[in-house]
Amino acid sequence: MKILLPALSPTMETGNLVKWLVKEGDSVVSGDILAEIETDKATMELESPDDGKVEKILVKEGTENISVNTEIALLKVDGEEIEEITEKPIEKSPQVSSNDSEPLSSEVNISMNSLLNQSKENSGGKNWSEKEISMREALNQAIEEEMKLDKDVFLLGEEVAEYDGAYKVTQGLLDKFGSKRVLDTPISEHGFTGLAIGAAMAGLKPICEFMTFNFSMQAIDQIVNSAAKSLYMSGGEINVPIVFRGPNGAAARVGAQHSQCFISWFSHIPGLIVIAPSNARDAKGLLKSSIRNPNPVVFLEHELLYKEKTNVPEENDFLIPIGKGNLIKEGKDVTIIGFSMTVQRILNALPSIEKLGISPDIIDLRSIKPLDEELIYNSVKKTNRAVIVEDGFGSTSFGSHLSYLIQSNCFDFLDSEIIKVSGKDVPMPYAENLEKLALPNTDEIVSAVKKVSYIN
Amino acid sequence: MNKKNKNNFTNDQLLKFYEKMFLIRKFEEKAAQLYGAGKIGGFCHLYIGQEAVVIGILSSINSEDTVITAYRDHGHILARGVDPKLVMAELTGRKDGISKGKGGSMHMFSKANRFYGGHGIVGAQVPLGVGIGFAHKYRNEKKISRVYLGDGAMSNGQVFEAFNLASLWELPVLFIIENNKYGMGTSIGRSAAGGELYERATVFGIKGEKVDGMNFFDVSESAIRAREYIEKNSKPYIIEMDTYRFRGHSMSDPGLYRTKDEVNKMKEIDPVLMMKETLLNDYKIQEDTIKDIESDIKKQIKDVEKFSLESPLPDLKELYTEVYL
Repeated sequence: MKILLPALSPTMETGNLVKWLVKEGDSVVSGDILAEIETDKATMELESPDDGKVEKILVKEGTENISVNTEIALLKVDGEEIEEITEKPIEKSPQVSSNDSEPLSSEVNISMNSLLNQSKENSGGKNWSEKEISMREALNQAIEEEMKLDKDVFLLGEEVAEYDGAYKVTQGLLDKFGSKRVLDTPISEHGFTGLAIGAAMAGLKPICEFMTFNFSMQAIDQIVNSAAKSLYMSGGEINVPIVFRGPNGAAARVGAQHSQCFISWFSHIPGLIVIAPSNARDAKGLLKSSIRNPNPVVFLEHELLYKEKTNVPEENDFLIPIGKGNLIKEGKDVTIIGFSMTVQRILNALPSIEKLGISPDIIDLRSIKPLDEELIYNSVKKTNRAVIVEDGFGSTSFGSHLSYLIQSNCFDFLDSEIIKVSGKDVPMPYAENLEKLALPNTDEIVSAVKKVSYIN
Repeated sequence: MNKKNKNNFTNDQLLKFYEKMFLIRKFEEKAAQLYGAGKIGGFCHLYIGQEAVVIGILSSINSEDTVITAYRDHGHILARGVDPKLVMAELTGRKDGISKGKGGSMHMFSKANRFYGGHGIVGAQVPLGVGIGFAHKYRNEKKISRVYLGDGAMSNGQVFEAFNLASLWELPVLFIIENNKYGMGTSIGRSAAGGELYERATVFGIKGEKVDGMNFFDVSESAIRAREYIEKNSKPYIIEMDTYRFRGHSMSDPGLYRTKDEVNKMKEIDPVLMMKETLLNDYKIQEDTIKDIESDIKKQIKDVEKFSLESPLPDLKELYTEVYL
């Protein structure tokens, strides 16, 4: 029997073989621990699927980035003939049509990192000491640095402490800061969100993690009515310096109740700041700015971006200002606007767009509210065309509002209708092909660019 | 009526408490008048009938302690010592209101007086108040967060989440249920299953009791007992106040859900009148002394009214200020 590297989380594509706990020739029974596997989220134990004898170890311990479904060992199962072991081919799951397969930018030619390096805005005129790290690590660094700088900053949420974070973002923080400042909460969003807002009213600076933003709906009254409105309705007396953060949007096949983008919801509310970074560097700089901001900030991360790496400054004073977008690629023919995961979708479409002879301005909004209107309008006034890409449902969406803003501020400059490519207006389906269809894809982005450029 | 004074308040202290109760009563009567005259708009929830609760609790409060409540908040912010002129000017929606005319009856705050509002969503102030208690503990402050809620909120889910968190994390919080028997027009008998409301917190390990909320002395005694318990054990405590509102839920409430007889019967145990009687009969305070206090308050209320009507409307530019800091 072949032992394959299993997928141990919905988003796991590769794993590291940390350690073998058996050697060749060992007898095992079903459920015995064979090895420790490190996934994108945690280190997990691989159990023997059957009784038998470890025939051969095919992948050495310490090997990294092993693809899911790679053969890592052979098990001689009692009563099974040796011949049978190698007979069966690895069954591959049916592939979704190749067009729909959307690799992240790191796997295509255009890397986020190289774009960020070119982007003038991001250097901030300073020579930073930089290291290539994942967004997960960047967020962790941001929290750690700010907690070191300000003892009023504390972190609470489900599984943020002893479990090390459901998505490993808060890994190690409990050890560094102790249980007074890193608190596991009960599964009680309405209660702990209200508690965190109350603590902020009394002057603390909570970082309130939602395991995913889907669960923030349990607490949306507290976010909207208590956090967002208090400064105004108290005539400036009570401010709420809090950051609500966690993964937002669709991860990978986790179904309708765990796959929704809430950008349109939160950006509707006066009093809230809404941030949606697309890369590790921005995530760190913006989270630090958010923690220091005296207003309530909704900081929307994306699970599929957690493992993506860019160069990130290591200095404490590296901040990215809230309200500033980033022109990550400068062109002339069309303005394509995205944020968070949709920046990656746009970059995936870029080779096809360039093949058409079109050179786009690509804007990563980073900050949804407040919005960098100047950057957007300057670009559209230059290119005379705009395409907006958003993962959220299309109806009554942030993209709809953005297209209104562009048409009312750049009306005389537009040579075409504005097109937005949005998530489809359906609860997120589970099946792989339907999920891909529900989200904006390369073809839709390319078609939108062609349409605003009058190319058939 | 023979009222105990286990807390050994001096006559002067008792007169101060009475003065506060009388101030709230007269303030609210004036608010009702101004509402009727169209000078106060929107929702306006009066505290008339419940004065012994807030002043009884006040008698146990350290000036550093924090207070948060729901929308029936005029009495609470006055008890906390905020200038009644600023409160009335908020009700009239003027520039000099405590929230600059941008909050209204339900949304008044004063950090200087440790009053954190003034919240319009039933139950929402309870997790917030627990969070304020969390901040006290986090900073090792010897303060207690006092969280008021109505009987209606006791059937709201987040309140139980807040009880759980307060008890689990051993936070210095005093929960005070102002059970005035009706959540808007629905009596507790029609909204709350089971036994006493405060017992709903005891399953989370929170100790508590039920008290006659119409009687200043009973409230005060219970509040001091609660303070001592919280300080000694670093744990939350809950008191259910048996009280009653003499006016409607809000100014626009026709009150068809209860009889005139019921209201009149409750008025026989009017907390302000009972306090006054006790001061006269049991403490042998001179009637003139009390009359002087009352007439001073009446005069003050006239000034409050004048101020609240003369203060200008907020500048139009205020529309866009204080959305963000």
